[in-house]
Amino acid sequence: MTAHTSSPPFATQSFQATDLTCVRGEQTLFANLSFTLTSGECLHVRGENGVGKTSLLRLLVGLAQPEQGQVTWNSSNIKNDYEAFHQGLCFLGHRDALKEDLSALENLMMYAALGAINLSYESALQYLWQFGLRGREDLPVHYLSAGQKKRVVLARIAMQGAPLWILDEPFNALDSQGMQGFIGLLENHSSQGGITVFTGHQDINILGLKVLEL
Amino acid sequence: MNAFFMIVQRDLLLVMRRKSEVLTALFFFVIVTSLFPLGIGADTALLRKIAPGVIWVSALLATLLGLQRLFASDYLDGTLEQMALSPRSFVVLVLGKITAHWLVCGLPLLILAPVIGLQFDLDTAALETLLLTLLLGTPVLSLIGSIGAALTLGLRGGGALMSLLVLPLYIPVLIFGAGAVYAKSVGLDVTGHFSLLGALLILALAFVPWVSAAALRIAIE
Repeated sequence: MTAHTSSPPFATQSFQATDLTCVRGEQTLFANLSFTLTSGECLHVRGENGVGKTSLLRLLVGLAQPEQGQVTWNSSNIKNDYEAFHQGLCFLGHRDALKEDLSALENLMMYAALGAINLSYESALQYLWQFGLRGREDLPVHYLSAGQKKRVVLARIAMQGAPLWILDEPFNALDSQGMQGFIGLLENHSSQGGITVFTGHQDINILGLKVLEL
Repeated sequence: MNAFFMIVQRDLLLVMRRKSEVLTALFFFVIVTSLFPLGIGADTALLRKIAPGVIWVSALLATLLGLQRLFASDYLDGTLEQMALSPRSFVVLVLGKITAHWLVCGLPLLILAPVIGLQFDLDTAALETLLLTLLLGTPVLSLIGSIGAALTLGLRGGGALMSLLVLPLYIPVLIFGAGAVYAKSVGLDVTGHFSLLGALLILALAFVPWVSAAALRIAIE
């Protein structure tokens, strides 16, 4: 987990939600939700099933529109410039977003191309090895277990190197070693000045962690 | 432009990993067009007359078979969300996916058409016209079809609904495509047909990627 310490820290960033209200059908999931995160901060969104954690994350990335309120990234509303916002965003949805017919390596290369990142074959392998996938690089992803798929996803998150991470249930299906690796990744991200918002039911101990109970 | 080639390459790679889905549509085209000469018998005059219509209708239906897959797998595994959230232009990515669909479901029809034409006793001039109309017309089918595929994404029974939405929009392509071959065979001028098919293609290229991208954004919301 030490491969990233060499990369340069991010410039000071801020990510802010103001008076967010989310309505699904006739039900108001949450109202007037506000928070501010600055460089190096990490927000753990907690709550029971169906309370609106995933809906909140989808509002935060702009996949859905809030009933009221706004989301700002570096003090400009994300609605005004999605392209600039997406440049600095790494989102993990509740599905793995891996192509089952492609190998782990091909999936990683595809995401590099999608994010306009220059990724050499060697460094792609490095990322996969770092998450314990040595020897599985060329297997089609549908041969991997759920936990191994999650590790491919983590390799993707590490590879993208975005300052803002919004992760939905990133700990699902990971074993304790995978958890440790991921927590290391999160701490490293925070120490570089990155911002993270994640959901999950586990108790996580990271320095400077904020908790939001929905 | 990089994003465009990247997505085309990725979709072609995915097709190569799962050939059966594409081959189904192509064999459907071959078998449906072959049933007509077998059913009608050796009446060459009649076969020549119905050939353009039969080949074009089969091409429409074969394109439709492949359309359901156009966005569905990316939608189900969450990749479509990632595309919408990537710094690349979503419209370009959508256009890339449509292009890949045409390369896989439209272009092979052009290669198969001369063989199919033989069964209908089409002469060289008529075959040339048929190929040209298919070259101009099948991209329009993929483009227009992508709107239907995007609008019905994630709906239960979306396949049947998509056919109902898309097939009426295919009518102009069918009329001018099949009409050109028929006109050629009776010695009429076909430049008008080609101009209209070309106009349809340009119009579809200019508007459809934006419409499909907007429909996809609604589907993933």
